[in-house]
Amino acid sequence: MSTAIHLSQVHKSFGQLQALKNINLTIETGEFFALLGPNGAGKSTLINLLAGLLKPTSGSLKVMGYDVQTQYREARQSLGVVPQELVFDPFFNVREMLRFQAGYFGKRKDNDAWVDEIIECLGLTEKAHTNMRQLSGGMKRRALIAQALAHKPPVIVLDEPTAGVDVELRQSMWQFIQRLNGDGHTIILTTHYLEEAETLCNRVAMMKQGEIIALDTTANLLKRIPGKELQLVLSQAIPENLQPLVRSTNGFKYKLSLNEITQIEPVLATLKAANITIIDFQLKEADLEDVFLQLMSHKA
Amino acid sequence: MMPYIGFWTLFKKETLRFYRVVFQTIAAPVMTALLYLLIFSHVLSSHVEVYPGVAYTQFLIPGLMMMSVIQNAFANSSSSLIQSKVMGNIVFLLLTPLSYLELFLAFLAASIVRGLVVGLAIYLVAIIFVDLPLAAPWYLLAFAILGSALLGAFGIIAGIWASRFDQMAAFQNFVIMPLSFLSGVFYSIHSLPPFWQQVSHLNPFFYLIDGFRYGFFGIGDASPLLGLAVTGFSVLVLSIIAIQMLKSGYKLRG
Repeated sequence: MSTAIHLSQVHKSFGQLQALKNINLTIETGEFFALLGPNGAGKSTLINLLAGLLKPTSGSLKVMGYDVQTQYREARQSLGVVPQELVFDPFFNVREMLRFQAGYFGKRKDNDAWVDEIIECLGLTEKAHTNMRQLSGGMKRRALIAQALAHKPPVIVLDEPTAGVDVELRQSMWQFIQRLNGDGHTIILTTHYLEEAETLCNRVAMMKQGEIIALDTTANLLKRIPGKELQLVLSQAIPENLQPLVRSTNGFKYKLSLNEITQIEPVLATLKAANITIIDFQLKEADLEDVFLQLMSHKA
Repeated sequence: MMPYIGFWTLFKKETLRFYRVVFQTIAAPVMTALLYLLIFSHVLSSHVEVYPGVAYTQFLIPGLMMMSVIQNAFANSSSSLIQSKVMGNIVFLLLTPLSYLELFLAFLAASIVRGLVVGLAIYLVAIIFVDLPLAAPWYLLAFAILGSALLGAFGIIAGIWASRFDQMAAFQNFVIMPLSFLSGVFYSIHSLPPFWQQVSHLNPFFYLIDGFRYGFFGIGDASPLLGLAVTGFSVLVLSIIAIQMLKSGYKLRG
């Protein structure tokens, strides 16, 4: 497996503000990689550095082995970036815009078949001749994704691609992105929808205040929070002897941390003995959101 | 990847951009120039003969043509860049492997095309009403191209530097407009007091208009070769500045 992205000792400062601090990261080709973190963590700065929209204060960044500063043409040729903002050129329709974008990357007319395929796969066929100004927000988002793919880059960066997008588009979009990933494209995703990252990504980096505070496979990160969460809605207050298990309380709603599934039985038995009725009951595995919240709250 | 395709695509896009709004970019400047022609020639034609044998209306047309050429060449590159920056879609260019030289040449070439198209449109309408000689057509073409290139390059500089539309308007209203109006569009600088004649010689727009007029009448206020040298040098200087700004990523890449 070759390396799609390699960042070595990357620092980026804006005046006194250190936006990125000593970032070292390698993403292999074919990975579906998530870059997570709260607002201001440095995710977009990192993407902008990869895309050449920002220059690093120090350190080196490579895309498919090409240095983004000294071999910028090859590096940018290898990268397709879906920007976070809904930006567009108001003078052109969707198909024109995509063909122009492919042309900037040196693609000839024989690339038009690929452009048409993207248009179809992203559900833009009916809007192909519609001016960008007249598209809805969701359609503009699709067009942005199409624009990043117009030159068929091996590495695709999606910076919060589903922000403000309806469920139907999300599903069709992810199907298409998964297909591209299956075809060998490396996908790097930033999102605030952690369930998307958990479902789609093999590996996750979590960022906080310009640093990577966790970098592991999704499965390994999920193992960081052992056990399960038992959510209960009771008819009255939980007995005193179950209090040590309680993680949070809201009225008679309780969240209990269980290390093992076998702990459920004694909990239920205790409630029965205390003559407490269970109004609702739910058993939940730890998810990426739990890991994220734990990491963000614990590590400075 | 074919390197020239990127340049060609951007040039095509920039040209198509002004073609899409042809009433604003071509028809409007032609109309403005014709209104100037109508009013000034009506008021002054019986009172002023700038060069022997050249009617004031004839004298006026090359000046109006060149003024429109330079204003529109500037507008093309500057408005494209400032709009893209303000709307954020400049990112689609910055993400591409286009070199700074390709970016510069594509914006410049599109500005030259718009300048020449506007100039030609005014000429075609003007010759319906006024008889215009073509004494030195190569000078005429050279000054038209140099004028468009000069202002196209200046437009790139302004477009990169400006962050807001009002800053761009300041360029147009406080630099381009005064330099064009004070460059001999409506008069020969020989009609000015000696001090202002000397000042006019410091204005590169004067050489553009005077040289362009020489192309029509074979007569001018300054030597056309000096005009070519001054404007050619000005194009070179502004091009170097624009290329350096693109190369360094000034106000484009953080």
